[in-house]
Amino acid sequence: MTSSHTIHRGDLAKTSASGRNVSDLVFKNLAMFFAALILVLIVVMVAEMWNSSALSREKFGLSFLTRSIWDPVREEYGALPFIYGTLVSSTLALIIALPLSLGIAIFLSEITPPWLERPVSFFVELLAGIPSIVYGIWGFFVLVPWIRSDIEPILSSSLGFIPLFRGAPYGIGMLAAGLILSIMVLPIISSISRDVLKAVPRAQKEAALALGSTRWEATKIALSYSRSGIIGALILGLGRALGETMAVTMVIGNRPTISASLFEPGYTMASVLANEFTEATSQMYLSALIEIALVLFVITIIVNSFARLLVWSVTKHGDAARRQ
Amino acid sequence: MVMQPADNNGMSFRFYWRKSKSITMYMLSGLSALIAIIPLVLIFYYTLSLGLSAINWDFFTQLPKPVGESGGGLANAIVGTLILVGLGSCISLPVGIMAGIYLSEFGNNPFGMGVRFLTDVLNGVPSIVTGVVAYTMIVIPMGHFSAYAGGVALAILMIPTITRTTEEMLKTVPQSYREAALALGISRWKTSLRIVVRTAMGGIITGIMLAVARAAGETAPLLFTALNNRFWHTSLDQPIASLTVFIYNYGVSPFDDWIAQAWAGALVLMLMILVLSIAVRIATRSRYEER
Repeated sequence: MTSSHTIHRGDLAKTSASGRNVSDLVFKNLAMFFAALILVLIVVMVAEMWNSSALSREKFGLSFLTRSIWDPVREEYGALPFIYGTLVSSTLALIIALPLSLGIAIFLSEITPPWLERPVSFFVELLAGIPSIVYGIWGFFVLVPWIRSDIEPILSSSLGFIPLFRGAPYGIGMLAAGLILSIMVLPIISSISRDVLKAVPRAQKEAALALGSTRWEATKIALSYSRSGIIGALILGLGRALGETMAVTMVIGNRPTISASLFEPGYTMASVLANEFTEATSQMYLSALIEIALVLFVITIIVNSFARLLVWSVTKHGDAARRQ
Repeated sequence: MVMQPADNNGMSFRFYWRKSKSITMYMLSGLSALIAIIPLVLIFYYTLSLGLSAINWDFFTQLPKPVGESGGGLANAIVGTLILVGLGSCISLPVGIMAGIYLSEFGNNPFGMGVRFLTDVLNGVPSIVTGVVAYTMIVIPMGHFSAYAGGVALAILMIPTITRTTEEMLKTVPQSYREAALALGISRWKTSLRIVVRTAMGGIITGIMLAVARAAGETAPLLFTALNNRFWHTSLDQPIASLTVFIYNYGVSPFDDWIAQAWAGALVLMLMILVLSIAVRIATRSRYEER
């Protein structure tokens, strides 16, 4: 791959240096212009949100992130309940989705014969293709009633001594949001984990098997070998869960409170934007909402960059190991 | 034959224990694949059973009826979704495809690495945030909601998908094609467009369809850009209806016939996306088999 790139780059340099082909240079620069547009787009996005949130940034400063008051009537705003709701619902989703995703990844990379692997991974990827809004109405009309009538009573009677599982079974609330999010992040985490597991050099597993370990013990060695890639997959799933809007908005209850119980309604950064943006009547209200969007943007950028770097480093490592 | 040594018994117990643990763990992982498919089946089942009843000819040809009147359809919303996705494609296709060509053909340098990385990062930006950006960039200066703003919000979402799949597809074109074309004296840009891009065309179209399917299912970026419209739109300068926003508004409404129409809308949307995914699947499968 590397050698091939040098061939055509060298070729290009030669033609443009001799001035024989101006159109080549034009084409390259045109392509480069569009690539640069993507950089410009990100800069413009940040600048737009930074400028439009000036009112709220100047009035509340950094305390915007730590205040838990949200009162449009008195023009007092703080983002803490939304940050809390976003983090709790996403964490809950990851806790539910991680074991399942790992199971699927192991199933697809280690166990299934190829004829079964394609349909199963197709079905799991179909889950990723279902629009958020369809998850939303399904969650609202099917999942929430089920949580209210079955899951929450069972949880509170068996685990009610933990504050997390106390309170009236509303159905809508943090638990519903976490469950629906876990279904939505499952395809991402499992498909990347599968790829990472497949990148483990065969020699690793064969060595373990040759030493007399069972297939599961060999799988465990593959798992520990690809640990950082799986963490990357998990963080990519987190990035998706943090910004998920419609499905969460329809099942979380949309109340800006911080409570220990998962049964209580909550609110997330994305869902407050979806719900209140068109109702924002004053400049300060709008500015506060845009600042929430900015905070959400920055958080997801950090989370995604971190995850990308992890996944990149692992798959490169895998490629290198295979070539040896 | 006569007597098993004691430690041999212990060995075989340990061996069977490890063996059964291995089988149990593998069965658990198969079980988790089954569990993951349950919500998929349930979602399809409910959208089919609840949506099918509200689907009829009127659903595709009529405007929404006011509260209290039964019947009516979401024709304007279906057309609106197509227009919004079309607008988004008009903006994102040139950017995505050209940027993808750059990354694959010229991008083996720090600038290319940076663009590649930021494209991946842009891919993870929540869709609602692109809505906020389109709002501050277009809705505020124009003074009203419009189809244009919705199209821009969708375009921002589509660009990274198109860029990265174009790049990946161009990279699958064998290097010898490029070398052969260049050896024949064809200029570099003609090689890129007429040989490399044309060879990878199927894959690039696959990427475009994936981006279109994703954009058609988006609600959040349209809520405060394209807004909604209960009538036919008169110009792209005006708010426009979309299937997804209608599903949201009708789904949370207290009226039974609206809720039924929301399910029907969800069914239409799912079928559109399912058809696209299967088409993509078939297209990529035939390509893999060729190789």
